Amino acid sequence: MHPILGTILQRLLLGLITLFFVSLIIFSAIEFLPGDFTQAVLGQAATEETVAAFRRELGLDQPAYLRYFNWVGSVMTGDLGTSFSGRASSGVDRSRAVVDLIAPRLWNTLFLAGMAGIVAVPLALFLGVTAALYRNTMYDRTVNAATLTTISFPEFFVAYLLILFFASLWPVFPSLANVNADTPFMERVYKCALPALTLTLVIVAHMMRMTRAAIINLLASPYIEMAKLKGVSRTRVILRHALPNAWAPIATVIAFNLAYLVVGVVVVEVVFVYPGIGQLMVDAVTTRDIPVVQACALIFAATYIILNLIADIIGIVTNPRLLHPR
Amino acid sequence: MTTDTHKGKKGDVLLEMKNITIDGFSDEKWHPIIKGVDLTLKRGEVMGLIGESGAGKSTLGLAAMGFARPGCKITGGSIDFDGHDLINATEDELRALWGTRIAYVAQSAAASFNPAHRLLDQTVESTLDGGLQTANAAQSDARELYASLQLPDPDNIGDRYPHQVSGGQLQRMMTAMAMSSRPDLIIFDEPTTALDVTTQVEVLVAMRDIVERFNTAAIYITHDLAVVAQMADFIKVLRYGEEVEEAETRQMLSAPTEDYTKSLWSVRALEKPENISNDTVLEIKNVDAAYAGTVKVLHDVNIKIARGTTVAVVGESGSGKSTTARVITGLLPPLTGETLFNGEPLPPALKDRSKDQLQRIQMIYQMADTAMNPRQTVAEIIGRPLEFYHGLRGRKKQDRILELLEMIELDQTFYDRLPSELSGGQKQRVCIARALAAEPEVIICDEVTSALDQIVQEGILRLLLRLQKEYNITYLFITHDIAVVQAISDEIVVMYQGGVVEQGPKSVVMSPPHPDYTQLLLSSVPEMDPDWLSNLVDGRG
Repeated sequence: MHPILGTILQRLLLGLITLFFVSLIIFSAIEFLPGDFTQAVLGQAATEETVAAFRRELGLDQPAYLRYFNWVGSVMTGDLGTSFSGRASSGVDRSRAVVDLIAPRLWNTLFLAGMAGIVAVPLALFLGVTAALYRNTMYDRTVNAATLTTISFPEFFVAYLLILFFASLWPVFPSLANVNADTPFMERVYKCALPALTLTLVIVAHMMRMTRAAIINLLASPYIEMAKLKGVSRTRVILRHALPNAWAPIATVIAFNLAYLVVGVVVVEVVFVYPGIGQLMVDAVTTRDIPVVQACALIFAATYIILNLIADIIGIVTNPRLLHPR
Repeated sequence: MTTDTHKGKKGDVLLEMKNITIDGFSDEKWHPIIKGVDLTLKRGEVMGLIGESGAGKSTLGLAAMGFARPGCKITGGSIDFDGHDLINATEDELRALWGTRIAYVAQSAAASFNPAHRLLDQTVESTLDGGLQTANAAQSDARELYASLQLPDPDNIGDRYPHQVSGGQLQRMMTAMAMSSRPDLIIFDEPTTALDVTTQVEVLVAMRDIVERFNTAAIYITHDLAVVAQMADFIKVLRYGEEVEEAETRQMLSAPTEDYTKSLWSVRALEKPENISNDTVLEIKNVDAAYAGTVKVLHDVNIKIARGTTVAVVGESGSGKSTTARVITGLLPPLTGETLFNGEPLPPALKDRSKDQLQRIQMIYQMADTAMNPRQTVAEIIGRPLEFYHGLRGRKKQDRILELLEMIELDQTFYDRLPSELSGGQKQRVCIARALAAEPEVIICDEVTSALDQIVQEGILRLLLRLQKEYNITYLFITHDIAVVQAISDEIVVMYQGGVVEQGPKSVVMSPPHPDYTQLLLSSVPEMDPDWLSNLVDGRG
């Protein structure tokens, strides 16, 4: 077996262990939240008996460690549990499985993140490489200033500006991204254009600047001077000699930003009324719908872990010292 | 462009540099680095360019390509390379010459190869970019070059990455890379400085033969006169950016006209009368050691060190010299064996040793730069052991620091300076003062002069010898430089692959008969004789 595979398996295992600790943190954090679902639903006037009966139905009367193990146990079998909303005590049992609540929302979020990522990552790489190539020129300064400007504004402000220009003054895109499961693909892309553009503007600066910095950092290396003295052209010095050694830090930043696209975009979802997983989680926190909150948090954590794992793997396979040991 | 159209006859002028001036940027302003140097090189000739660090040799060598490092600029003069005006050439014009007609071989091959690409691809890169040959032809030619440079497994070594071959092999690989396009001129910039003497010999032979074979002109930059004597037809000596003298190699060695040129081998002139004593102060017995419990790096090492003497430990890199020092200081507890100090066993690990035991053994390092906190002044650096070991404070501490500065021949103005304001030699002196401050019985010197110029080296060695005489200090002197060993040692320990080959008084170890490895090591030290390398190669067959 190639030693790299061993390293990757080891990282994967570490990722699982991390996820386990995260589950502990999520569970205890929710334990510490003031108030609970029963009070939130039944209100101040509810009698103690009703509250107790409701708590029994939801399993909230059991000690915390038991609830934790039940939760982890069922998550491991793929069962995220049942939402607290619409349970039998409120009359008719209209409660839904957490999976059914989350799945369409997660798909929406991944779709939007994918759209933004497909545009933002190549754009950031291109801008970063060209800014490094033409460093300290007008081009470099313009790119830096422009990306810094877009990252400096709050997301909602960028979103409203885009709505103002592209939905209101010059109406080419809709200002609402109200998609559902039946929306055809092209219409979905069309409706997601403005939110995706907002996200792109927000994340491009970070990735672009890291790409530029990682490359420029290497330009002082003796092997870059050697390449120049071998008569290698400027473009090839950057693309052939600097970039292959710069992937590890760039991949880390890209992973970080892609993770952000999945877990941190609730503000943009709200502005465009986009049914993503961020809104779902915020709603669930408001109503103390614990199974949904826990599932969302776990998915977010897993996203970070998986994307970082991929960045690590890229760092390893682009480093010949690790890929081809002595 | 085919390979032969631009090849002129041997003896034609290839490179002519006239009244070159180059400025460098430091301390917020431009300073002259090269102050009007002329240089003429004919086809097929090898010129040696020699001088101390800061003399401007590399800067001048690079200028011969029309290149100035960032922070330098060529401010005047003319450079004519085979009809091309390199001063006024555009970047594209220069690039068309670099790598195809002028090639560069850098000092540190390990840092100058791109870690991300296979060696063969890097070897033929310029040849392919310049469209000189097809990929297949260039690659098979590269394999032939590898073979003629005596690289092992020449057919496959090019498929490896830089980190997969040794330093000596990389340096030859870089010569192959320079030679791939059959350039008219190669600039060798200290190509063997980072290598062990035994490896250096192989690389020198390989480079000399291939330059001769293809009748390539070369500028060979080094600070080692003995090395350049083997390579060059004539030698130019530089100092402070000016030419000191230029002469044919034999004439330069037999009758240098300038005093400065003679001082370039001053360490070789230093000699210490041998002092043999039986009063053992430090002894290591049957030591085996390994890093992280994996590969053993020391096997059954026994060394005895007599009070007030200098024991030099010599050997190439990887022979276990520095590991031995780490065992003695307790930084690396040995697997088996023990360290005796004045007959008493020392605890193997540093953390178990008493302050008193720590105080008696001090250490000085190769890189004075990294051995000092850049944010501390000289007084703070020297004052720390005074406080720690002797509890000195206030006025007493200050007086003692001034006393120590005097001992290392620096005046009071250095008291408040930061390491960044000191020269290499001065930094090493401060490190010596820090070691002295503890008032140790034994000082371990780990390659303390390797990073310094000859003249500065001589000053440091003289200082160490004087201190030894005055304070009866014992030195364990780790070095790979035989000239330094001659200059300072009473006894010599030769190490090879983690074991001691021999230990004895200098007069015994340095005179025949030698064990095989000592013989190889001693014979590999370049001598001030232009025929030394040829004779050595003939002798070894």
